[in-house]
Amino acid sequence: MSVQTQIHTKPQSAGRTAQVVPNKMIARDVKVFYGAKQALKGINVEIQENKVLALIGPSGCGKSTFLRCLNRMNDTIENCRVDGLIALDGEDIYGKSIDAVQLRARVGMVFQKPNPFPKSIYDNIAYGPRIHGMATGREELDEVVEKSLQRAGLWNEVKDRLREPGTGLSGGQQQRLCIARAIAVSPEVILMDEPCSALDPIATAHIEELIDELRENFTIVIVTHNMQQAARVSQKTAFFHLGDMVECDDTEEIFTNPRDERTQGYITGRYG
Amino acid sequence: MSVAASKSHYQSEEFARRLRGRYAAERNFKIAGVAALALASMMLVVLLTSIVSKGYTAFWQSQIRLEVTLDKAQVEERNFTAILRQAIYAQFPQITDRTGKRTLNELLSSGAPYELEALVKQNPAIVGTTQTIWVRSDDEIDQFVKGYFPRNAPEAERRLNDAKIAAIDTLVAQGSLVQSFNTTLFSAGDSREAEQAGIWGAIVGSMLTLLVTMALSVPIGVAAAVYLEEFAPKNKWTDLIEVNINNLAAVPSIIFGLLGLAVFLGFFGLPRSAPVVGGLVMALMTLPVIIISARVALKSVPPSIREAALGIGASPLQTVTHHVLPLAMPGILTGTIIGMARALGETAPLLMIGMVAFIVDIPHGMTDSATVLPVQIYMWADSPERAFTERTSAAIMVLLGFLIVMNGLAVFLRKKFERRW
Repeated sequence: MSVQTQIHTKPQSAGRTAQVVPNKMIARDVKVFYGAKQALKGINVEIQENKVLALIGPSGCGKSTFLRCLNRMNDTIENCRVDGLIALDGEDIYGKSIDAVQLRARVGMVFQKPNPFPKSIYDNIAYGPRIHGMATGREELDEVVEKSLQRAGLWNEVKDRLREPGTGLSGGQQQRLCIARAIAVSPEVILMDEPCSALDPIATAHIEELIDELRENFTIVIVTHNMQQAARVSQKTAFFHLGDMVECDDTEEIFTNPRDERTQGYITGRYG
Repeated sequence: MSVAASKSHYQSEEFARRLRGRYAAERNFKIAGVAALALASMMLVVLLTSIVSKGYTAFWQSQIRLEVTLDKAQVEERNFTAILRQAIYAQFPQITDRTGKRTLNELLSSGAPYELEALVKQNPAIVGTTQTIWVRSDDEIDQFVKGYFPRNAPEAERRLNDAKIAAIDTLVAQGSLVQSFNTTLFSAGDSREAEQAGIWGAIVGSMLTLLVTMALSVPIGVAAAVYLEEFAPKNKWTDLIEVNINNLAAVPSIIFGLLGLAVFLGFFGLPRSAPVVGGLVMALMTLPVIIISARVALKSVPPSIREAALGIGASPLQTVTHHVLPLAMPGILTGTIIGMARALGETAPLLMIGMVAFIVDIPHGMTDSATVLPVQIYMWADSPERAFTERTSAAIMVLLGFLIVMNGLAVFLRKKFERRW
């Protein structure tokens, strides 16, 4: 199934020039049901390449559900049904030609709570490349591990203790380890589900810097409860409310000039 | 209620009374807990003391020293009984009458001639020489020496007559009748004669049975648990299966014995009293236990580990084999060992498939007739001889020893491989 993947971003304000940004992923009329309960009521979003899209909204609005649709993590949930179209590079990810396991290597994920494997730091990173056959031989694997840790900004902190368990690191380091683990399999898109909610402000700042650097090579979708964080790290923001996507626009627009009343209410702290 | 009023509530006499009540309740609960623990420990101590005090003497056996002259003609005739008799008569030159000689004959174990024969077979060079050997005494002599038969009772009520006691006293005084470690107990199979009976046959039978049980129930049980917990859809069929497994775990073991009798012996025609059948029955019995404990262990692996693996593109099978199963292993091992310990101590189902038979030979294969430790205990407990009483307790001690080792192993493995995260 082929889907139009390149659409022009609308000129947002008079002074800005229209530019063509390729869409990495698109979602069209995505509906998700948990049994009889509908969690998403038809979401349409474009995820642009090498940009950070932030998903914000009050608890239970469906932003995490939507995120988990993007790499088919919802497949593992019993009774979960996904309708509509989600495409990666123009290919329907729920189509027959796409293998869910392979898709998850291309669309990596970082979870809310740091979840390193109870193995060594090295094995945490090396696991993905190993199972996907991305490195042949010891040296190549060492290189992948070092590069991934460097890109996650963790190399200098752990290079002398790669054999120690990943669970022995601090919370912020563990989360960066999880990001390094996701990077190690060279995904195209990285999904982050409230990656900083369990971290202190300093570790959060680390991760935010990291996200900004990673944008050069990856397309990132981040779910966050923290609106300052959304404003700091993202270029695009989508506001979800009660299973609907209310508004999706440039982050600056959303935070300075929201079109919908609900968006305005949420970002000004009237509810949520 | 105003703020001031509620404040005073916490300082009132009424509140102080409630507080005292709460403290008293907590103290009483603690006392009840300690009392329960003390009672349980006391019962355990009583049980163990009773078993050990009754059974420890079984680890020793009386032996009689004899100077045997291995006459060539007699050896060729295989008349070892005569050789032994001549030796014991030689130690009592003053006894010449028939009754007295019969008394002397009864001092020795009826198995002694076979022991001597085995000795000669092992070392033919000793034929024609005079050797000093130690042979087992009869079990009644042994029990008397251990003090289980009162010496002062009237002769008519005594198991041993005066002449026998006099002979025993002479031998003890000469240093020709001593207690030594009872190797027979750990090397022989069952016997009608207590001094020749051992638990080695039952131990081998137990080991063969457990081997079959383990080889069948562990892979099947773990695979079933992994499938049910990680892959099976949750629908009414899997619910039904789960309910059935839980029910099977509570089915009385004798029912499994009947099933084994009907299916394995009746339908498939497998041999009776064989460890392979015992193992099959035990495997059926242990399967639900292993499945349930393995499922609990799998369930206790945090879902975040599964998500982490799936999130970097591991397949569901890779997720299970690389991450979930290794983390669940300590729990699975514990459940398995406890299941095995239960199978080791099980008697009832084996009665149904004929493993309760009197079997003297040590089993050498899965299809040889065999018995197992708990059944051996059951049979010895039924024997009237005094010497079997102490052997019953000794066998219980050995069984308890195995169980303690197995449970200790379970604890050790859990501690060693348990990971925290």
